[in-house]
Parts: sequence; structure tokens; C-alpha cells
Amino acid sequence: MIINHPILGPRDSQEFVYLGSAELMNRPDGMTTGVEAFHNWLYNRDNPAGEHRELWYHEQGDRSWLVVTRNTVTHEIRSVELARDVAKAMGRTK
Amino acid sequence: MRYSGFRVIAEALTGHKGWKPVWRDPAPQAEYDFVIVGGGGHGLATAYYLAKEFGQARIAVIEKGYLGGGNVGRNTTIIRSNYLLDGNEPFYEFSLKLWEGLEQDFNYNAMVSQRGILNLIHTDAQRDAFTRRGNAMILNGADADLLDREQVRAMYPWLNFDNARFPIKGGLAQRRGGTVRHDAVAWGYARGADMRGVDLIQNCEVTGMRIEQGRIKGVETTRGFIGAKKVGVAVAGSSSKVMAHAGMRLPMESHVLQAFVSEGLKPLIDGVITFGAGHFYVSQSDKGGLVFGGDIDGYNSYAQRGNLPVIEDVAEGGMALMPAIGRARLLRTWGGIMDMSMDGSPIIDRTPVEGLYFNGGWCYGGFKATPASGWCFAHLMAKDEPHKVARAYRFDRFLKGLMIDEKGQGAQPNLH
Repeated sequence: MIINHPILGPRDSQEFVYLGSAELMNRPDGMTTGVEAFHNWLYNRDNPAGEHRELWYHEQGDRSWLVVTRNTVTHEIRSVELARDVAKAMGRTK
Repeated sequence: MRYSGFRVIAEALTGHKGWKPVWRDPAPQAEYDFVIVGGGGHGLATAYYLAKEFGQARIAVIEKGYLGGGNVGRNTTIIRSNYLLDGNEPFYEFSLKLWEGLEQDFNYNAMVSQRGILNLIHTDAQRDAFTRRGNAMILNGADADLLDREQVRAMYPWLNFDNARFPIKGGLAQRRGGTVRHDAVAWGYARGADMRGVDLIQNCEVTGMRIEQGRIKGVETTRGFIGAKKVGVAVAGSSSKVMAHAGMRLPMESHVLQAFVSEGLKPLIDGVITFGAGHFYVSQSDKGGLVFGGDIDGYNSYAQRGNLPVIEDVAEGGMALMPAIGRARLLRTWGGIMDMSMDGSPIIDRTPVEGLYFNGGWCYGGFKATPASGWCFAHLMAKDEPHKVARAYRFDRFLKGLMIDEKGQGAQPNLH
């Protein structure tokens, strides 16, 4: 698979480390939400067949985290964003 | 129709006119006591043991494609019970004992071959870990043999013993491990279930679940609604998809695992060998092809095919271990979808929906578990209590911190 990096252009997916669903960016506050919500965030997954937003880390490149929107049935990649931009759009500072 | 040597001779003398289809092709009835979703190894085994061991009637298996078309026909056919942890080892040893009596039990030739499995040791730390694992196996009634370098050399003299980075220092052998003709396992269970009145319904995909007041009433399918008192789901890589119909999110991701077979070669490997320094395991089929595999591709996937980087990685592992295969040609590769759980161990449990049961999360180790998985799932569905060797395979182990973390890498997701 080729991942079209927003800064570096097309890169081989072998340069990246895969983490999983981009939902992992939305970690609940463990002090205010209960154990159940934290457990649900940490262990449970939507695991869709079809479009999936997921985190890839460009370890052998610029060390940026990317949010890749990819189809898990066809492996087709529809869009690639910097995770930093996604986090900022969600109202986070970094 | 029972199979026997006499039967084969009688058919040979009469032009093989007496062979009949091995199972019926029934239309779904309006209601069953038990509906098993998934006509693979685990689902068919569940139906077989429900009918045979637990005396249940009115059972159906519904399958979206054809029987045995998923992972039971895609794996590398290895059986073993060389686990470490208390939650796992009794279960897998129960499974291996069922394998040993399986062919007589369901009167079908599954080519169960206890040719032995050898896990290679490359470091002193690994020898310590394997010694511990071997002892745990023996404590649970399994067999284990710790071999030194010369004993391994006597078995496989052509292995790369003096690899500068990963020299072979010994191995942990389980002589009762081996291989099984994987498709025949699905066919044998299917035939055995059908003979006991189980309806095997193919080309029938679950599109929804009817749940009223917290209780399962049946499943919506592409062939209409099928009522059921109890529904058991055993659909491997499609677990998240099917259980989403019941509003559940599962502690698992679906990943693609590839397997490989070389061109046919003369007899070279009479057992199963696993490389302890990389992820590579190999056996030789009766047709002569080397059957081998390695790691999952490593990203969520529902495509039953993988990508080239993993093929390269597996080939490198093979070359490091046994340079002699360097000129053998790769004949075929294929992929299957693994239900990778968050601690690497399976789930056989009830769900919050009354009458709905789940069996999955087998990661890439489901084939060897087939008989025990079917038996324990049938036990759970028939008696509403877990079988004693499958008690640890619960949904709530992640919430309670009771993970079954076989690799000892710490209880956390993203291990795969």
C-alpha cells in the first residue's frame, strides 16, 4: 500500500507503524468517566468492514502521526491527514 | 452411510455407483431450538457436539457462503497443545485429546497425523522460558521434551545451526502435535452433524438479529427470518460485523494472515518446525509442498488477501532458518481474516442478550482448537454454564484485569 503523506508525498506503508482506530485519539478522562467508559475506549473496537479511520506513525520518515481513511475490504486509501490537524479540529491544543 | 474398508472395496467392484451426497441441502425451517451462525470448523463442531454429546434436537447451522470456505480451509493445518498459562493449557490439551479420537468418533478420514512439533531455541533466555513452558505442559497432562542442539541436529541436520545471529541451541518438542487435513475436519463434522439431523443451510447470511426485551428471538437472514431459542455465533473474522447486529462492540480487530505453499518437493520435513527468532513455521504436506506462514499483515483488513511486504518477511525468515529452500518456488499464497483479540486469547461466553452466545477471538490459532471449541461452546449453549476448561475465556476479563496473556508482553491491546 502507498500512503500519500500530506507533507512528504507518496510513501510505502512499510515505513509506517500501524496503531489502530483513530478513535484512540479520543481518550476519556479516567478521573471523571467511569472504569466502563475507559475499558470501552481501551479494549473495544468498531472494527468495520469498509471505511476505517486509523492511525499510522511514520517511524522511518518524519515521525508524524497520520489519520488515514482506508477501506478495509479493498485496502483503498481515500484520504490522509496529519493527526495534529485532526486533533486541532477537535478543539485540542496539540 | 458409514465408511469402512469393506465399503470402499464393495464400491470399487460395483463401479462406485453407491456413493451419495454426504449431507442434505435443506431449506431453513421457521424455528429451531439452536441456531449456530457460521459453517466453519468451530460452528460445525459445535452443532455436531450439541447433537451428539448434549442430545439436543432441532439445530441449524447457517453459513453465508459454503461450508468450510473460511479459515478452516485456509490455515496451515497444525495441531498442538504447547501453551503456558492455566487459562489456556488445559483447554488445548483437551482439544488435542479430542483430535486423537476424532476420526473414529465421526467416522471420517481427517488424516490426523501426530508427526510432532518442534519449537526451536536460539538463546539461553529462550531455553529458560521453554523449560518453564514444557513443565507447565507436563503438569497439565500434555507431553513435552526439551532437546539439546545435538538432538535437534539428529532430527533436522540441514537447519542453519550456526547462523551468526540466531544459532540453534535446542528445541522444545511436543511429539503428539502434528497436522490434520483441514478441509476434512469441516466435512467430517458437517457429515456427522447432518447424520444426527442438523440442518446445514448454506448461502444464508445473517442481516440482523431479532431481540425483544433483552432476549434473542431469532436471526434475519438473506433467506428470511429464522426463529431460535438460542443463537450461537462462531464466525471468526466476521465477529464484529455479526455481533454489531446485537449492538455489541467486541474487544477485537480483524486482520489478514497469509499462508504459503511451495512446489512439491521430495520428503524433507517429517514434522512441524517453528523458528524461535523470527515468526516462521513450516511443515510438509503429503503432496510434498512446504506449507508455511508467519505474521499477520498488521492493519485492519477484511480482504482475504495480503500484501507483498509480509511475503518477503516470511521468505526471509524461512531462508534464515533453512537456506536449503532457497531455490524452491513459491506456488501459492492466500489470506484469511483473523479475529485478533486484545490479549491474544479467545472468548467463549454468554452475551448481555439472553440466549445469544459468542465464540471468537481465536486470533491466528483457531484451527487446533476446533474440537474443544465446538465441545465447550455446545456445553455452554446446552447447559448455560461454561465447560471447566473454558472458564477463563470470558468477555469481562479485560474489565477485571484477568487477561490471558500467553506471550507475556503485558496486558494491553495492539500486541498484534
